[in-house]
Amino acid sequence: MSVWRIARLVAVKDLRIERRSRVITNQVAPFAGVTMVIFAFALDANSQILERVAPGLVWLATMFSLLLIVQRSFAVEADDGALDAMRVAGVDARGIYFGKLLGIGVQLLVLEVLLLFTAVILYGETVRAEGIVLLVTTLLSATCGLAAVGTLYGGLAAGFKGRETLLPLLTLPAVAPVMIGATRAVEAALGTADAAVADGWQWVSVLAVFAVVFGVGGALAFGPLIDE
Amino acid sequence: MIRLRDAVAVLGSFPALAGATLDVASGEIVLLRGPNGAGKTTLLRLCAGLLPIARGSGEVFGLDLATDRESIRPLVGLLGHQNGLYADLTVSDNVRFWGATIGATDDEIESAMARMGVDGRLRDVEVRRLSAGQKRRTALAGLVARRARLWLLDEPHAGLDAAGRDELDGTLRAAAAAGATILVASHELERASKLATRIVDVEAGQVRTASDGESEEGRA
Repeated sequence: MSVWRIARLVAVKDLRIERRSRVITNQVAPFAGVTMVIFAFALDANSQILERVAPGLVWLATMFSLLLIVQRSFAVEADDGALDAMRVAGVDARGIYFGKLLGIGVQLLVLEVLLLFTAVILYGETVRAEGIVLLVTTLLSATCGLAAVGTLYGGLAAGFKGRETLLPLLTLPAVAPVMIGATRAVEAALGTADAAVADGWQWVSVLAVFAVVFGVGGALAFGPLIDE
Repeated sequence: MIRLRDAVAVLGSFPALAGATLDVASGEIVLLRGPNGAGKTTLLRLCAGLLPIARGSGEVFGLDLATDRESIRPLVGLLGHQNGLYADLTVSDNVRFWGATIGATDDEIESAMARMGVDGRLRDVEVRRLSAGQKRRTALAGLVARRARLWLLDEPHAGLDAAGRDELDGTLRAAAAAGATILVASHELERASKLATRIVDVEAGQVRTASDGESEEGRA
């Protein structure tokens, strides 16, 4: 079986598990929404400040949600030893990595779109027509980077006791560049604080390089990490 | 099928298997008998290609345990205390997933479920709703679907009630009759002896003695 067929198989399986269990839909999405609202309270509901910081809040809520999605994704593998069983059966580790990345990425992307709608409704953000391509590209490249880091460290933490606390410790510092780059790019796409669309593309480049580096590095490192 | 000669496997610096010699032929059900820490699980993991062979020699299906471990893994099914199933998916989804990892056809997957008795009304039941015995049979159907020819079972009767154990034994006998070779590490000696065609004593990391089991196949 090729790496890509294994990846598709694992991703479809993960999305089917979510469709049946609805953990992300019923728990993670509301959590992300509540996070956005809580920040609004913390910032004293000042509409000017909220509009200015909304892109950052979207990515902050996305980052917290990433931790929950990754933990869930690897918990279903660990509950009955399925990840171990895949490695025992000689299933290609790169295929498992890309499959988990794809499954996590799809769930994360849906969540990001919902959070952007939340920002539009709660914080009065507006989506400019000229910024839509930049916005979509930013969402895709940032999602790939976040999912790549989450999958790599999720696989690593899955083998340890205390993985619930280890995962954020490993993941949050690693995704800081995505947080910064995606926030700046979304600011440019939405025109927050008069940012120009052209300013956003350099940040998309950063996000794309980050995604490729962690995607390739993760695929190479994942097998040895989960075998340990 | 399995051929070990003075095989040594090391866990850290501890020689968990200290010179095992063993031959197992196709279609046998071999019981590995011995106290905790004797090296039974290590022997299973060595045969599955999960541990490197430190000294001596070993082959599984003619493939060298020193150099061909990645090629051995897809031919082997190792079932420990866990079943490797997804609780939120149905029996059919689980068996289909494991079959798909080696490109099994729909017919092969249906046949695997029928052989292990998890077709019919069980096929669309979520695994979380199954009894322990039904989960075991679903896991074994996954092994059949991915064409595992050597089954390595570590305490397969653990957690099963009497009916589940009878059910599992019947399933394993049928699988052996259909050509699977089965190594069982078990503390359920009376039950496992009746299941096995041959009994192998493992002690202090070595294979000490071998004797016939009590199964009808073994006496035949």
